[in-house]
Amino acid sequence: MKSLIFRTASDYLLPLLLLFSIFLLLRGHYEPGGGFVGGLVASMAFLIHSFAYGLTQTRKIIRVNPGYLMPVGLLLALVAGIAPWFVGLPFLTGLWFSEPLRFIGAVSSVLVFDIGVYLVVIGTTLTIFFSISESV
Amino acid sequence: MELLLVFLIGLMHAGGVYMLLRRSMFKMIIGLILLGNGANLLIFLLGRLVKGHPPVMADGMKVFTDIYADPLPQAVILTAIVIGFGLQSFAIILIKKVYKVLETDDLDELNSSEEEI
Amino acid sequence: MITAVFLGFIFAAFTPVLRKLGQSVFPWVYSLLPLGLFVYFLGWLPGLSNGPQVVGYPWIPSYGINLDFRIDGLSLLFALLITGIGSLVFFYSTYYLKGHPALDRFYGFLSMFMASMLGLVLSDNLMAMFIFWELTSISSFFLIGFNHEEKSSRKSALTALGITGFGGLVLLAGVVLIGTVGGSFSFSALVPLSETIQNSPSYVWIVGLFMIGAFTKSAQFPFHFWLPGAMKAPTPVSTYLHSATMVKAGIYLLARMTPVLGANPIWNDTLLWVGGITMFYAAAHSLFRVDLKSILAYSTISALGILVFLLGVGTEKALLGAGLFILAHALYKAALFLVTGIIDHQTGTRNVPGLKGLGKVMPMVAFGGVVAALSSAGFPLFLGFLSKEVMYEGVLALGNLTIVAVAILVLTKIFLLVAGFWAGIKPFVGHLPTELASVKGPPPTLWIPPVLLGICTIITGVYPALIDSSFVQPLFHAISGSNEIYTLKLWHGFNLVLLLSLITLGAGVALYFFWKPSDTKFAKTFRFESTSPESLFESGGNLFLRFSRFWTDFFQNGYLRNYFITILAFLILVTGYRLLGGVDIHIDWEQISSVSFYEVILTAMMAVSIGIAVLTHSRTMAILALGIVGFVNCLFFLFFSAPDLAMTQFSIDTLTVVLFMLVLFRLPKNKKLSSNPIRIRDGIISLVFGAFIAILTLEVFESPSQTDVSTFHAENAYLLAKGRNVVNVILVDFRASDTIVETVVLVIAAIGVYTLMKLDLNPQKNP
Repeated sequence: MKSLIFRTASDYLLPLLLLFSIFLLLRGHYEPGGGFVGGLVASMAFLIHSFAYGLTQTRKIIRVNPGYLMPVGLLLALVAGIAPWFVGLPFLTGLWFSEPLRFIGAVSSVLVFDIGVYLVVIGTTLTIFFSISESV
Repeated sequence: MELLLVFLIGLMHAGGVYMLLRRSMFKMIIGLILLGNGANLLIFLLGRLVKGHPPVMADGMKVFTDIYADPLPQAVILTAIVIGFGLQSFAIILIKKVYKVLETDDLDELNSSEEEI
Repeated sequence: MITAVFLGFIFAAFTPVLRKLGQSVFPWVYSLLPLGLFVYFLGWLPGLSNGPQVVGYPWIPSYGINLDFRIDGLSLLFALLITGIGSLVFFYSTYYLKGHPALDRFYGFLSMFMASMLGLVLSDNLMAMFIFWELTSISSFFLIGFNHEEKSSRKSALTALGITGFGGLVLLAGVVLIGTVGGSFSFSALVPLSETIQNSPSYVWIVGLFMIGAFTKSAQFPFHFWLPGAMKAPTPVSTYLHSATMVKAGIYLLARMTPVLGANPIWNDTLLWVGGITMFYAAAHSLFRVDLKSILAYSTISALGILVFLLGVGTEKALLGAGLFILAHALYKAALFLVTGIIDHQTGTRNVPGLKGLGKVMPMVAFGGVVAALSSAGFPLFLGFLSKEVMYEGVLALGNLTIVAVAILVLTKIFLLVAGFWAGIKPFVGHLPTELASVKGPPPTLWIPPVLLGICTIITGVYPALIDSSFVQPLFHAISGSNEIYTLKLWHGFNLVLLLSLITLGAGVALYFFWKPSDTKFAKTFRFESTSPESLFESGGNLFLRFSRFWTDFFQNGYLRNYFITILAFLILVTGYRLLGGVDIHIDWEQISSVSFYEVILTAMMAVSIGIAVLTHSRTMAILALGIVGFVNCLFFLFFSAPDLAMTQFSIDTLTVVLFMLVLFRLPKNKKLSSNPIRIRDGIISLVFGAFIAILTLEVFESPSQTDVSTFHAENAYLLAKGRNVVNVILVDFRASDTIVETVVLVIAAIGVYTLMKLDLNPQKNP
C-alpha cells in the first residue's frame, strides 16, 4: 500500500480531513455534524496516514498516545457537566457566553462537552486500530 | 417505499438470525452486524419517513416553520451506531484472539477448551 | 436510641481493627459494648410504669416505613435480656475462645447479632422489625457455621438459615397483608384496629403467616429440628442465640401481636395445639439424649413450646405466666448452657452418663448449675417457682379441656425437671471417676457469668416485689393489653396449684432417680429417624436439588445456538399466537410514500448484498457485502432527512470494513461446519423470524405514534439549548448524561480491545 500516489495523497488528506473534522465539530450545533462524526473523520485521517507511512510515523505526528485522549475527553465532558453546579444549576445544564466569538460561534459548556466526546471517539478508535495493527 | 424497507428489515433480521445460528464465530459477527443494521433501520422507519426536511432549522430561525423529520429516533440510532462499533470491534478482536490461541473458528471446538488451557 | 440499636453494627465493622487490642491486652474490651447498652436500657426502667414510649426516626416515610422504637414492658424485657446475657456471654467467650484465630470475626458476628436482635424487639414498625428479623437469621447463620471447616457445622448452619429464612419470607407476606388491612405498619397504630383486622377476611391468612414465621424462628413442631442442629455452634453462641434470645424472637412476635390478633379462637387454638405438641414431644425427646447440649436443646424447644402454649391459653394469668417464664427461662437456661460449656471446655466431654463428681473440682460452677436446675424445676424460692405457679393458675382457668391441658403441662414440667437436673446437678454429684481426676477448675472468667445468673434467679425468686410493679406488671400489660394488676406472691395458700406443684416436684425427683440417661436409650431414637421432620426436610431438599440439576442440564447444554433457538421459538410462538388471535393487517396507502426508481435499485442492491453476506464461502466477499449493506443504509438515511446519521454510518462502516480486513484477512476460508438438514432448519427458523419482524414492524407502523417527546425536543432546541441541529442538541444537551455513559462504554470497549491484544493467553505455546 505504500505507493507514491497514496503517500502524496495522504499528505494532503491528513490536514484537510483534520480541518474538516474540526469544522464538523464546531458547526454541529447548527448544521449536521458534531463530536461523534468529527471524531470519526479525524481518526480516519490518521488511519490513512498510518497506512501510507506506517504506524511509527503516525504516532510521531500525533505525539501523545491516543489512549490518553480517552480520559482527557471524559474529563472534559465531566467538567462541562459539573460546571453548572458552581452557578447553582443542575448537572449538565448548558452555560453560554453572552457574546459569540469570531469563527467559532457561541461558546458554551455544551461545546466543551462536544469536544470531550470528539476526543473520546478519536482516542477509542485509534486505540483499537493501533493496538490491532501492532499485533498483526 | 415503506413496504420496501419493511421487506429489507425482515430480510436483515432473517439473515442475522441465520448467521447467529452458525457454528463459525466469524459468521456470528456478520449476523450481529446485520441484526444491528436491521434494528437501526427499523427504528428509523418507525420515526416515519420524511424526504428532504432534516431536523435542522434554517439559519436565523428559532422554531421550525416547515415539517421536519423526527429527530428522536435519529439521536437514538446515532448512539446505537457508535456503540455498535465498539461492540463489533471488540467481538472482532475476540475471535481473532481465540483463533490465535486455539487455532479454530468453530464454536463447538471451544467446548473442550477448558481442559486444554 | 437509634445509636444504641446501631452501635452493634458499627462495632462489628470495627472489630477487625480492634483485633490486636482485643486479643492481647484487654480481652474483655469487647464486653464493654453490651454492658454499656445494658446500663442504658436499665435507665429506661423507671419510666416504664407510665406506659409505652415511642421514639421515632423517619426512614422511608413514603412507604410508611420508619425506624420507630417502642419501649414497653415486653420490648424492655427483651432488650435487657439481650444486653444483659449478652454482656455475660461476651465476657465468658474471652476465655472460652481464647486464642482462637478468628476471635475478632466471632465478636463481629456476635455484636451484629446483638444489634439486629435489639432492633427486632424494639421496632414499632413491623417492616423495620422484619428487616432486623432477617438480620438475626443471617448473623446466626454465621455464628452457627463459625467452625466452618466442619461439614456438619456448615450443614447445620444452612438448615437453620433455610428454615428461618423461609419463615422470614412468610412473615414478610404476613406483614404486608396486615399493613394492607390495617393501613399501617406501625404496631402502635394497629392495636386500636384489632377488631377491624379480626373481622377482615384476610385474618386467617395473617394469623397463619405470622405463626409460620414465629414457629420457624422459635423452633416449634414441625420446624423444631434446626435447633438441635444449631448446637454445632460454640457454646457461648448456643447460650446466647439458642436459649435466651433469638429463638425467643418468635415468642416475642406472638406476644407482641397478641393484643392485635389474639383473643380469637383461631389464634388461641392453633397456638394451644402447636405449643402443646411441641412442649411434650421435645420434653419426652430430651429424656432419650445423652449429649448435654442435645438435652438442653430439646428442653429449650420444650420451654418454647410451653410459651406458645401459654399464649394460646390466653387467660390473663397464663399471659402473666408466659411473661415471667420468658425471664425465668432465659436466666436458668443461659446458666445451664454456660455450665455445659465449662464442663465441655474443662473435661472435653459432654456425655452425661460419664459425668459425675465434678462438684469438688469446680464448686462455683456447681453452685450455678444447681441453682439453675432448681429454678428450672420450679422449687420454691427460685424464680422458676413463681412462673410455674402463675402458669398453672392460668391454665386452670382455661375453661374447656382443662384437665388435658393441665395434665400435659404437668408431664412436660416433670420431664423438664429431669432434663434440668441432668444438666445442672448430675455432673456435680457422686464420686469423681478416675478418668476425670485430672480435671482442673475453671478460671473466674468462666464461672462468674453462671453464678451471676444464679444470684439473679435467687434474688428475684425470694423478693419478687423487686421486679413486680416496676417490671412484671408493664410486661403483662404489654402482652395482654389489659390494665389489671396481679401482685406476685410466694405463698398462695393450700390450693390446687400448690398440689400440682408438689406433684411436679415429687414425680420429677422420683423420675430423676429412676430413669438414668444411657446410650441404649439414645440408640432407640434412631429407629424413628427416617420419619422425623428433619429427614423429610432433607429428602425434600435433595429432591429439589436433583430436579434443578436436571432442569439446568436440560436448558443449559452449553450450545449457544440452542439457547438462541429456544428463545426465538418462544418469541415466535408468543407473537404468532397473538397475531393469529385476531390482529388483522391492513395497509394504509395514504401513509405510504411513492417509490422512485433509484430506491428500487438500492433495495435490490441491499437484498442481494444481504444474500451474499449470508451465503458466500469467502470471508472477503462477506465483508464487502456487509460494507455495501452499510453504505446503502447510509444512503437511505441521507434520502430521508437524516444527514447526521448518514455521516456517522458512513464513517463507521468504513472503519468496520477496514477493521475486518485488518484482522480477518489472514484467516482461512470458511469451512462448511453444519450439515444440510441443520442449515435448512435454521433457514426456516430465521425466515419465519424475519417475516414476524416484518409483520410486527408493519403493525407498529400502521398504529398512530406518539410524538410528544420529539415535538418537545424539536420546539425547544433553539429556545432552551440555542441549537438548530436538533439531533445534536439532543445528544449533547437534552440527553447529555446518556452521551456521557455512551462515551464511557466506548472507552471500556477500547480498553477491552487493548488488553485483549496485549494479553498472552497461552504462555505454554509462546514462551
